[in-house]
Amino acid sequence: MSIRLRVNGTEHTLDVDPEMPLLWAVRDVLGLTGTKYGCGQALCGACSIHIDGEVVRACVTPVRRADGKAVTTIEGLSADGSHPLQKAWLELSVPQCGFCQAGQIMTAAALLAKRPKPTEQEIDESMGGNICRCGTYIRIRAAIKKAAGVSEE
Amino acid sequence: MSDPPVRVLRRSFLAGLGLAAGGFALGAFEGDAFADDRKIPQVDIKPSDPATAAKTAAKGAGLRPNVFVHIGADDVVTIVCARSEMGQGVRSSLPVLVADEMGADLVRVKVAQGDGDKAYGDQNTDGSHSVRGMFEDLRRVGAAARIMLVAAAAKRWKVAVASCTAHDGAVFHDATQRTLRFGELADEAGAQPTPKKEDIKLRPLSELKHLGTELPLLDGPDIVAGRAVFGADVKLQGMLTAVVARPPVVGGKVLRHDPAKALAVNGVKRVIVLPEAKRPFAFKPVGGVAVVADNTWAAMRGRAALDITWEPGDNATYDSRAYREGLLTAVKSPGKTARSLGDVDAALAGAKTRVEAVYYAPHLAHASMEPPVAIARVDGNGCEVWTSTQNPQAAKTEVAKALGLDESQVTIHVTLLGGGFGRKSKPDYVVEAALVSKEMGAPVRLQWTREDDIQHDYYHSVSAQRLVAGLDDAGKVVAWRHRIAFPTISSTFTDAKEPSENELQQGVLDTPLAVPNVRAEGCEAIAHTRIGWLRSVANVYHAFAIQSFVDELAHARGVDPLAMQREILGPARIWKPADLGVPKLPNYGQSLDEHPVDTARHHRVLDRVTELSKWSDRNTAGRSLGLAVHRSFLSYVAVVISVVKGKGEKIAVDEAWIVADAGTIVNLERVRSQLEGAVLFGLSHALYGEISMKDGATEQSNFRDYRLMRIAEAPRKVHVEVVKSEGPPGGIGEPGVPPVAPALANALFALTGQRVRDLPIVRSLSV
Ligand code: FES
Ligand code: FES
Repeated sequence: MSIRLRVNGTEHTLDVDPEMPLLWAVRDVLGLTGTKYGCGQALCGACSIHIDGEVVRACVTPVRRADGKAVTTIEGLSADGSHPLQKAWLELSVPQCGFCQAGQIMTAAALLAKRPKPTEQEIDESMGGNICRCGTYIRIRAAIKKAAGVSEE
Repeated sequence: MSDPPVRVLRRSFLAGLGLAAGGFALGAFEGDAFADDRKIPQVDIKPSDPATAAKTAAKGAGLRPNVFVHIGADDVVTIVCARSEMGQGVRSSLPVLVADEMGADLVRVKVAQGDGDKAYGDQNTDGSHSVRGMFEDLRRVGAAARIMLVAAAAKRWKVAVASCTAHDGAVFHDATQRTLRFGELADEAGAQPTPKKEDIKLRPLSELKHLGTELPLLDGPDIVAGRAVFGADVKLQGMLTAVVARPPVVGGKVLRHDPAKALAVNGVKRVIVLPEAKRPFAFKPVGGVAVVADNTWAAMRGRAALDITWEPGDNATYDSRAYREGLLTAVKSPGKTARSLGDVDAALAGAKTRVEAVYYAPHLAHASMEPPVAIARVDGNGCEVWTSTQNPQAAKTEVAKALGLDESQVTIHVTLLGGGFGRKSKPDYVVEAALVSKEMGAPVRLQWTREDDIQHDYYHSVSAQRLVAGLDDAGKVVAWRHRIAFPTISSTFTDAKEPSENELQQGVLDTPLAVPNVRAEGCEAIAHTRIGWLRSVANVYHAFAIQSFVDELAHARGVDPLAMQREILGPARIWKPADLGVPKLPNYGQSLDEHPVDTARHHRVLDRVTELSKWSDRNTAGRSLGLAVHRSFLSYVAVVISVVKGKGEKIAVDEAWIVADAGTIVNLERVRSQLEGAVLFGLSHALYGEISMKDGATEQSNFRDYRLMRIAEAPRKVHVEVVKSEGPPGGIGEPGVPPVAPALANALFALTGQRVRDLPIVRSLSV
């Protein structure tokens, strides 16, 4: 069975097992490596990407679920790294090792799309599935607020 | 007369670094060492292709050069970073030392990652020593380049060298208002003689423009755009993916296996039995069965379909619960004396009161966000590897050994590391990739799953410690006895059963105690799993016990814990090994003259952290502060943690203060981020971290049961202050972690009256 999906604006027809997790379809088949493998069990958020604007954990989402849909990965979040979150992330030098950060940004982007001015509690709730082992949480909160134009109290 | 410590290299060497044509490069040589520059011979390399050049150089000199800095005719200055970047910011920090010494314009500086090569000196990126180890060497390379550029300009202008200056990417002759950009001078500068070591004058620190400032994150733009290349992100033509089913117990082996079901999975190519593990485990793989497929998912499914019967081996009796009891029993009897001052037994016997406490900390897993991964291509020429390693030279050695190759046939390219924390100093996973690639005759990406990572780690050691203090009539501490039992890291490499001096120097031998009678003893403990170093290593449990105990003494006496800290440290002074009660102190490989144990620095960070956190208001309704201070990796760090009663019975960490004196620092921004990260890393372990073993196998397997801190559990605020200093640089990646757990436990005691001596805290309190 072939799966048709639009990834970052480009149409693809994939001839893969429909049960293959979207993570591996994106990484191994399409060669888009910005999306990371961290746990494979929807426990860490490193693989977070969007299907029709909704954030999903690609490691447990079969590729068939994206059939006929629009998938956005970190590579497609903006053409030139100009998404307000990407800019805020750099202004505050959020990343340490950086491995979790694509997932963090994609989860945050879905949050801001729904809640342009989130409270700190909403940030914590939405970002609760994204682990950062390096411990950048303080700056993640600050960068989301900065991108949203919400002031730090 | 000594030889120059740096050499002009011909462009042929630069091919691998993607450098522009023209210009010149300075390098250093294997065995080099700027420390003893007489070893470096004069080398002039003529051949044009890198392979021949390398061989010629090797024949001519027995040494092979490697590039540190290249100045292109296009004005681009390329600086090689030979240390691994794992979030500590080394790529955003070290090259700046070279650039500032040169007077380069940072906008025109490119950073290239160095392959594994002894020419770069020690590349093992651990022990928090990148900056302190290379501070002067890198500046010397930059200074040598500057001297050659200035000499070239002076020659062209026919003016005195001393009348020229280099800054902002150009050489200036102020008297005649002339300027030449580095790019314009690059070729001529390359024809200048390389300066001798004694002629290389470093700039005063005040002239290093960016030193101690907040520098931008070099890899930031690539990271936020998903372009940054980590270990798993390299793609080679025809590359296959492998995952390995490893023996659940270290030292176990495959008794029988049936590959049929695995081979039936669509995409699976082959099932390969790997060589059995042999003691000592060291950096070698642990054996098992590899499933090779054309994509990751097929490999994972193939592995799940394997039918393997394991022979568990003699570690199958390992049970954490029983082992804990064993360690607690061990610290009841005397161990081998490692530190001794006065007469502890007599002082304890004569003491008015005794305070005693036993502390326990479990195994921990590194769980770097990026699980171990390596890509290897083995062919007739040798082996080429791309991997996220902290230790490319060890990877090279181990791969060469496992494949029966000469080290010169193995190339290790270092990608960004998605975290390391010490795990990626051990290249077992790189060897696995090489073995499987050789079998397959194709490039292979060997991917560890999270389960592999949690279950087959080199674990942070489990430990028990018993502290006893004797107090005199006035309540003064007159005796201090510290007994320690943990399986040593050395057990991974030898049959050692006792704590090593290296581990004991991390908080036991080097902690100043203004107590007349002191004894520390290391007890025997046999390892039943691979033990490895994890960020801050033995400092973590040593600081937890000692700094909790100081707080316990304060409460036993009814005094302010800060006052107790000051009393135990004594007046500010330099402590010699004899004052500590040890014959010598390894001192993280640095001299005690340059990096003494200096309690003035403990006191200073205590002053600042208690001032910032308003220590005098440490107990208010529903909120308490806890304090700890610790010296490690030659830096001094004090931490205050604030805990609050939250909703229901739950306790939350709401705020933290961390003050560090790490001597001279390079990049203030990355230093701050490391200290922030250290607070969260330390909290995460203290609150939730635990690896347990049953029947020799790890009970946890993923983040479901190996719990890490999540965002809602992180403090609302972490305040960081870095003491301004021009002293020799100390470490930064690790020293922030050790004081965190005791500061937290001390805060929890102040809030709840419950003393947590067993980690993780979540076992005894609702956090
Ligand atoms: S890799 Fe998907 S949530 Fe962790
Ligand atoms: S930056 Fe390293 S895991 Fe988040």
